[in-house]
Amino acid sequence: MASIVAVIASTHHPFYYRASTAAGEDRPPFADEWTRKILAFRETLTRARPDVLVMVGSDHFHQLWLDNMPQFLVGKAPFYDANWYNEEREFGLPRMLLKGQEDLSGHILRAGLDAGFDLAFSNELRIDHSITCPIITLRPEADLPIVPIYTNIFAPPLPQPKRFVQLGQSIRDIVESWPSHLRVAVIGTGHLSLELGGPRQFGPHGPDPEFDQRAVEWIANGDLDECLREVTLDSLHSPGNATHGFMDFMLMMGVAGAGVKADYVDTLDLFHTMEAYFTWYPNGAPT
Amino acid sequence: MSKYLLNKFLFMVDRDAELVERYRSEPRELVAWWEAECANTVLNCHTGEASTWLRFDDAEREALATHDHVKLFELGAHPFLTLTLFIALFERDNTEPLEYQKSYGARLAHFSMPYPDIAT
Repeated sequence: MASIVAVIASTHHPFYYRASTAAGEDRPPFADEWTRKILAFRETLTRARPDVLVMVGSDHFHQLWLDNMPQFLVGKAPFYDANWYNEEREFGLPRMLLKGQEDLSGHILRAGLDAGFDLAFSNELRIDHSITCPIITLRPEADLPIVPIYTNIFAPPLPQPKRFVQLGQSIRDIVESWPSHLRVAVIGTGHLSLELGGPRQFGPHGPDPEFDQRAVEWIANGDLDECLREVTLDSLHSPGNATHGFMDFMLMMGVAGAGVKADYVDTLDLFHTMEAYFTWYPNGAPT
Repeated sequence: MSKYLLNKFLFMVDRDAELVERYRSEPRELVAWWEAECANTVLNCHTGEASTWLRFDDAEREALATHDHVKLFELGAHPFLTLTLFIALFERDNTEPLEYQKSYGARLAHFSMPYPDIAT
């Protein structure tokens, strides 16, 4: 069976690509520290020597729209074009082309449906920065085949937080039951407290540093009990109007397992949001 | 009132570079043209099938025609869609980084929790 060699959860910050590649007067003052942290984070994936990446993210009204909105969707295609005109325009993100791992996509869809998740699927999916940001930060060669999994954290009504956790737990079981010798890393990105398009946006730090501190502790300690006690669809409005993206972190806590401490934890307090980086090694840290 | 149609306008204009420029330079004309020609487009149909019932109410049309992002927030338009399009419209006038984004937030400062409902 396949093995999960790394579970990685991270924020996805679309400004990283431009900040890290800028030079001279265009290079922001925080770029050097940010780049150092990303290179160290990247090493946690590189050391695990993955063959395949399962990528959990959320479409930002690019391909998925309110006339036909899935709650959880699995891509099943041989290739995925990536990044969109408005992401080039606003963030300077490059167009990309990623290979797909269709066999694993099919396995996740079949086993997920049989496990009680009515997963939607797409045979032609153009992915956006929720998946390409972690490719850029963690595997900029973009050379490994992927299985994209999209969650709806964006367009209410949303699934309950516990459903994200349950899906993560199922993804763990399903990937580990994939009849393959390949080494799989499961990577998911979300947000800590975040405000976009509201009065608290683009402040000197994230809109709710206290929430961020508690959230980082929940994730680092795998404290799903406390996290599920504290976090509801209603409560997530309070730290910032885009904080429902935290549920993708909860999904990744489900993949990593309840009570399992992260092997690698790092954060970076940026203007308008806190960056956070976590890696678990389910089979022990690679040597 | 149709939060969905407000969002559909923001979504369709934002993804089209030509429409972004028309909305910046002639917002009232662009809104009238879009409501007449595009509002009823069924986006997932490649054959040009259309709905028949979608139209703005007066407050929605006026908010769009006047670039009034504060009113759009009050009406429950999706904040991510509004912000993304308005950055495309006005960030180019910045004299320092994030100037527009910060002033956009400041103009919303009178809103407190809970914010207007964005569910469609």
